[in-house]
Amino acid sequence: MSRLITPGLILCLLAVMLISLHVGSAQVEVFTGLYDWLQGTSNRAAIIIGDIRLPRTLLAVAVGAALGMSGAALQGLLRNPLADPSLVGASQGAALGAATIFYFGLFSSSGGLATAFAGLLGAGIALLLMLGLAGSARPSLVIMAGLAISTLTSAALAMVLNFAPNPYAMQELVFWLLGSVADRGLDSLTILLPALIIGAALIWQQRRLLAGLSLGEQVAESMGLAVGKGSRIIVLGAALLVGSAVSVAGNIGFVGLLVPHLMRPLVGHRPDRLLIPSALAGAFLVCLADIAVRMLPPGRELKLGVLTSLIGAPVFIWLVWRDRKRWL
Amino acid sequence: MALIEVRNLHVENRIADISFALEQGEILGLIGPNGSGKSTLLNSLAGITEAQGEIILDEQLLKDIPPRIRAQRIGLLPQATQSAWSLSVDDVVALGRLPWNDNDMAAIRLAMEQAGVSDLSGRKIDQLSGGERARVWLARVLAGQPRLLLVDEPIASLDLHYQCTVMDVLRAYAHQGHGVIIAIHDLSLAARYCDSLCLLHQGRIQSQGSASAVLTEATLSTVFDIAIHVDMQSDPPIILPK
Repeated sequence: MSRLITPGLILCLLAVMLISLHVGSAQVEVFTGLYDWLQGTSNRAAIIIGDIRLPRTLLAVAVGAALGMSGAALQGLLRNPLADPSLVGASQGAALGAATIFYFGLFSSSGGLATAFAGLLGAGIALLLMLGLAGSARPSLVIMAGLAISTLTSAALAMVLNFAPNPYAMQELVFWLLGSVADRGLDSLTILLPALIIGAALIWQQRRLLAGLSLGEQVAESMGLAVGKGSRIIVLGAALLVGSAVSVAGNIGFVGLLVPHLMRPLVGHRPDRLLIPSALAGAFLVCLADIAVRMLPPGRELKLGVLTSLIGAPVFIWLVWRDRKRWL
Repeated sequence: MALIEVRNLHVENRIADISFALEQGEILGLIGPNGSGKSTLLNSLAGITEAQGEIILDEQLLKDIPPRIRAQRIGLLPQATQSAWSLSVDDVVALGRLPWNDNDMAAIRLAMEQAGVSDLSGRKIDQLSGGERARVWLARVLAGQPRLLLVDEPIASLDLHYQCTVMDVLRAYAHQGHGVIIAIHDLSLAARYCDSLCLLHQGRIQSQGSASAVLTEATLSTVFDIAIHVDMQSDPPIILPK
């Protein structure tokens, strides 16, 4: 059964990507448009598919994969099912980093690269601060340290918004923070894709450590695994994934928390086997949510990050409720 | 040739001047009050606590052995193991193969048989009783087939039946040409199952040797600060506070 998970998810992902290319306000032939765009023909279908829907679809997939995998990695590392990129402060750190660059207009010549790098730096610093503050992987401490760091970064972010040079700049920042994959070009992928590949490779390389850590640090170390070095590599990988995803798409909430939760029973709760299915399911869900956003009645667009939070929060409440029953 | 030889082992503020040797095929029992350094000693033998002095495993200095090779030769079962996730019993035992980076089904099945958990196959670790879980942890470390097995209080939470079962498993494992070092509080079981004992007190070796040499009323009463009754003539030996 668990062997079918990955191929099954790949099929679902391909199907939803195809649907994503079909959905939009204009009716166009997807394959003709795609073919024309690849040929370099600039007709209406080619422009709509190649310049609007394809980047949007690919970005949704890449952002979802990054968030899903980073959530699975952080939960495995911290042995805590609540360790989500936003609950441990990484998302807010990335948002703060990217917003600061955005706001001050620093390194504007480098395009999106500086924002992405600042996002990565912000996520990395926030994660390191959180780990330093928690001092151990004890779940209650990790959650408290994560709360402290995310509060701190949120406060700093609020300050950046507070001193925004003009209302338009502030509005732009707020809309970006709400999270969306719309109106971004394929060049965003040149940042996201390498970060996704490197971050995923770093985490994947440490999957034996994630498996060993299931039984605690002492056991992992006695099994010859380099716990300290491996943990830092996983944190770096997660920071790359979260930092680049947030800097491109803003905050897409709850994906990193819920996707590993949903996938875990399907892989026998093994943290090492959770990584790839979480990446695929994250990609699937974000792409699906983005389709839903486009299918809502026209008018003011609901941001993707708002929708994932609106769906994610009730699922989270349900998870708490289910866990509560075990104790009451 | 000793399987493991320890010379003047020292861990700051924890243990000092520890020297002993263990032949293959033997069980060594570490006894002593809480805080006497048993766990620290086991952790430094497992190579996960920094220590001064020499630990020689199979005529090779432990610190010269790369971590993965070390983990293939030495298995550690810590006192309080927990699984963060609701893993299946089979997956937990398979984790014991991590140092080998394989999934040797024969070794995994053998370990489950040795620890008597074959019938728990397919169950979830968090649905087991304390006694069943303790035997699964043991199967995990046996699956790595270490030359030297270090176990820290494996029977602390077990009933009388499982205490004897686990001790039998450890003795059988040692007799297959491996070595076992066990930290144990139950002195009667230590006397019954261990080939030699090492009594620790305040981080130092108070006495070591055969059970009858180490377990004397005078020594134990001093170390544990309570009058202790010792009857080594009875079968099994009886050691109880008076």
